[in-house]
Amino acid sequence: MGLGSDMYRQQILDHYKNPRNYGELEDATFSHVGENPTCGDTIKVDVRLADDGETIERVAFSGDGCAISQASASLLTQELPGLTLSELDAMDRDDIVDMLGVDISPMRIKCAVLAEKVAQDGAKIHTGELEIDRTKTEE
Amino acid sequence: MSTQDTTPLDVERIRDEFPILSRRVGGDVTTPGEGPGDETPLVYLDNAATSQTPDRVVDTIADYYRSYNANVHRGIHSLSQEASVAYEEAHDRVAEFVGANGREEIVFTPGTTEGMNLVAYAWGLAELGPGDEVVLTEMEHHASLVTWQQLCKRTGAEVKYIPVDEQGYLDMDAAAEMVTDDTKMVSVVHVSNTLGTVNPIADLADLAHDHDAYVFVDAAQSVPNRPVDVDDLGADFLAFSGHKMCGPTGIGALYGREHILEEMQPYLYGGDMIRKVTYEDSTWEDLPWKFEAGTPNIAGGIALAEACDYLDEVGLERIETHERMLTAYAYDRLTEFDDVEVYGPPGDDRGGLVAFNLDGVHAHDLSSIVNDHGVAIRAGDHCTQPLHQKMGVPASVRASFYLYNTREEVDVLVDAVDDARRLFA
Repeated sequence: MGLGSDMYRQQILDHYKNPRNYGELEDATFSHVGENPTCGDTIKVDVRLADDGETIERVAFSGDGCAISQASASLLTQELPGLTLSELDAMDRDDIVDMLGVDISPMRIKCAVLAEKVAQDGAKIHTGELEIDRTKTEE
Repeated sequence: MSTQDTTPLDVERIRDEFPILSRRVGGDVTTPGEGPGDETPLVYLDNAATSQTPDRVVDTIADYYRSYNANVHRGIHSLSQEASVAYEEAHDRVAEFVGANGREEIVFTPGTTEGMNLVAYAWGLAELGPGDEVVLTEMEHHASLVTWQQLCKRTGAEVKYIPVDEQGYLDMDAAAEMVTDDTKMVSVVHVSNTLGTVNPIADLADLAHDHDAYVFVDAAQSVPNRPVDVDDLGADFLAFSGHKMCGPTGIGALYGREHILEEMQPYLYGGDMIRKVTYEDSTWEDLPWKFEAGTPNIAGGIALAEACDYLDEVGLERIETHERMLTAYAYDRLTEFDDVEVYGPPGDDRGGLVAFNLDGVHAHDLSSIVNDHGVAIRAGDHCTQPLHQKMGVPASVRASFYLYNTREEVDVLVDAVDDARRLFA
């Protein structure tokens, strides 16, 4: 079968139905919210940094939306701890597709990268490189 | 059961005229057209977004480019004359199709949206000001809603929205109170692209005309699939798109009453719309050319007329009956499930589309899984974001039918929805 069935392989459905690190971090270093306006996908990402102010220690997310956006956020909360903010910033859509382990159809890529974008923008706001209230993913 | 089982159309024969309906999908989508990996038969149920194009309309476009491609109204040479005559006669054909008095009342546009903007700019900017009101409905497509909303911001006029009730019908009592002597324009969608509601345009037109307001009808979802007559509706303006009625993209028509178009200033300036130009001033060409500046979409216009011929030969009343049968069937089958919410009026009282959600599955996930069964449906807000906010959902999926669809295709859709239910259970 084509892209559709691949896209909903067990890992995606598992993370959608049982999201990891879902909720909020009380001692978050920074938090940020983003959305896909046309889909209604919303993600809030909380990040706690280690004492060096650079290494990601813990990540949590909350929000709602399609399976791709939510599963991608859940997987990201497992992927990020141990990385530095500059390593987070260097991530791109290929990293997300690798992380998901499935082919994402072109029309759905913005769902897949939402959590990553939110985490990256949140980090940049934290370091003073960016001034926005909310992240919005483009087509 | 309201389902009518027999269709007045020879659907098998109709499908032969649309080769695309025989293609398979499911493989690599970055390469257009059927290729390796395309194994699943296509079930095309996204006709409210765009319809497929029969061979004879494609041939009309090819024939124009192959045998008489020339600019119109420019030259004395044979090709230009052939192209000009065909392009002008296409206006006559489209006028006849919607019951207009002649080519003077039909402006070719790139589509419904442009027709809306043409009237908003050419009429609205000149006529609207503080104290004036434009009355819309809560179920307007963004093409109408955003256009009038923004025009009112610029002119100081006020926008009002006729409410939609729980069942998806307009609150006509509210409409009667909302339309007043301050109302200058009532702009309403004929068939809602989200709810499928068929609005009582003639009643709204009576209401508007009682207060000397004009009526603009967004007929993008009605002209393709039912007989539409501008006089029966009482429309002062009416706009529709070619690509939803077996024609090509990039062409549509705006109907306007001749005396109103006559009084309006041009919308776009340039070649072909002028009569006499000096360095100091210019005068305008006759209707409808006054509103068609620059080289028009000649092939598209001629192909739109061919699409009108095609639809008339099949028969618009028969197409309407066929669509009603399919829609009622889809509505009945989908509402059998407690976890499916269908939006809008009952299955036997709507245009040929059904928007719905499956509980627990986001519209985009549902559309992706359904696509895996070869089924093309729309997912998203269908260009009616405020209406979706009112419905309390960010998005929905929408199946929409046309003359070439079958009950078996509805069954494939319902099975695909069932698959999504199992996957997400």
